[in-house]
Amino acid sequence: MQTAVPTGATPGAHPVIRASNLDLTFQTGDGPVRALSNVSLDIAKGDFVSFIGPSGCGKTTLLRVIADLEQPTGGSITVNGVSPEQARRDRAYGYVFQAAGLYPWRNIARNVALPLEIMGYSKAEQRERVARTLDLVNLTGFENKFPWQLSGGMQQRASIARALAFDADILLMDEPFGALDEIVRDHLNEQLLQLWARTTKTIAFVTHSIPEAVYLSTKIVVMSPRPGRVTDVIESTLPRERPLDIRETPEFLEIAHRVREGLRAGHSYEDV
Amino acid sequence: MGGGRTVPVLVVVAAIMAIWYAATVWLNTPWQLGVYDREGRSWNTPELIADTMAQERPVLPAPHQVAVEIWETTVEKKVTSKRSLVYHAWITLSATLLGFAIGTVLGIVLAVAIVHNRATDRSVMPWVIASQTIPILAIAPMIIVVLNAVGLSGLLPKALISTYLSFFPVVVGMVKGLRAPEAIQLDLMRTYSAGTGQVFWKLRWPSSMPYLFASMKVAVAISLVGAIVGELPTGAVAGLGARLLAGSYYGQTIQIWSALITAAVLAAVLVSLVGAANTYVLRRMGART
Repeated sequence: MQTAVPTGATPGAHPVIRASNLDLTFQTGDGPVRALSNVSLDIAKGDFVSFIGPSGCGKTTLLRVIADLEQPTGGSITVNGVSPEQARRDRAYGYVFQAAGLYPWRNIARNVALPLEIMGYSKAEQRERVARTLDLVNLTGFENKFPWQLSGGMQQRASIARALAFDADILLMDEPFGALDEIVRDHLNEQLLQLWARTTKTIAFVTHSIPEAVYLSTKIVVMSPRPGRVTDVIESTLPRERPLDIRETPEFLEIAHRVREGLRAGHSYEDV
Repeated sequence: MGGGRTVPVLVVVAAIMAIWYAATVWLNTPWQLGVYDREGRSWNTPELIADTMAQERPVLPAPHQVAVEIWETTVEKKVTSKRSLVYHAWITLSATLLGFAIGTVLGIVLAVAIVHNRATDRSVMPWVIASQTIPILAIAPMIIVVLNAVGLSGLLPKALISTYLSFFPVVVGMVKGLRAPEAIQLDLMRTYSAGTGQVFWKLRWPSSMPYLFASMKVAVAISLVGAIVGELPTGAVAGLGARLLAGSYYGQTIQIWSALITAAVLAAVLVSLVGAANTYVLRRMGART
């Protein structure tokens, strides 16, 4: 994974996530709201895909459709070649929410072990996996701390460890660093890239930060609201190896510019 | 009790004592004056005050009269004696604890059914609420009589009256507690394809603990009320309720007050025991101490 593989997958490979003409309309008290409109998208194995757009563009909804937490009202979607529901039952993905959502009555080790308990791993296997994933997110030594004893950034890292603890090869992340300050966020972005390089996971990442999207992704999906739709899909030309200061290179700024153009084209800057 | 709390508590106790003594003198004076009048004797104020606090059947007994009565009927009586307050308190306490235990279990079971089943939610909850709108004093004799007719007497009927009162706060608290998990915590369980049982034991049940203990504090106190009320229609055989009833038949106000104080102390002890269990459990669950 350290070599600069071209972004995306080898042509012809079956995509990990394939959405075509996806529609989702919520029935609300104020009438129907079109959260997703005609969304088509392929995500290949090993991709790091960011969904970016203003509030209401449907990026979280799309992630929740992939996770079978919402049902589309039209179009089709497959995850690992099967329906999202089947993929969820196969435990194909780990989901990281905007809030860490750790259980306050469980210490960090037992929080990370939660999915393992539910999926019926043996005690020995649980211990081994908890140790391994806590090491991945640099939280070794905090096993016996309770969530309230950790900073917000550490809590979010623990929740990522929880999503990595079982063998899902897809990681769905819904603005996981949205509530953290800039400095912690930089640090976690860097760690997330290292983690992605060490594992072979496919990551779908929701954000509303342009630098974050450009820094992390191999593919950036620009979305716009009313109705939620995809306005641009940008394949990143940045190498996989990305130090933090890559964000000052002309290439980085070029991609960021294109993202901003995509947002503008989708009228994302109007009436905010 | 922390040092910072001792003084305020003592001040409140002293104030209650002062008011109680003043009320004793005030309420018992008319009867005492009547006594003086009949005897045709002269009196002065210090005599009057002393006599109002030494009547055999005062309108309001003085605190020290109640204290002496409690002392005599607890420490100085064998606990097996029918005149021992410890004996009566135990009768009431055993019904309270049994009723509280049944009520808590029943409350939890109903709450689980309500949370997991829409039909139960709609059909049971109105009845649960309706049950509490009936005055317990009205329904207690019926329960005793009906259960007697089917051959149940003694501890259980009284305990069931405690249950009747105590299951209610547990149902209401636990329905709230079992629904306490946030949407993302439930979504998380769904991403793991967790079964209903796993969601219950790993998420809903632990989430509901603070609610359970808050409900149990209310439930244990009203269980005691239920047990006492349950003793009233049984012909005042035994228990604190019987002491209250017998005391009022014979105008033994000191006996009534000592039974009341005992019941109050018992309730305070029970509530603080639930509080201690609460602290212990939540501390084990990693709560900030």
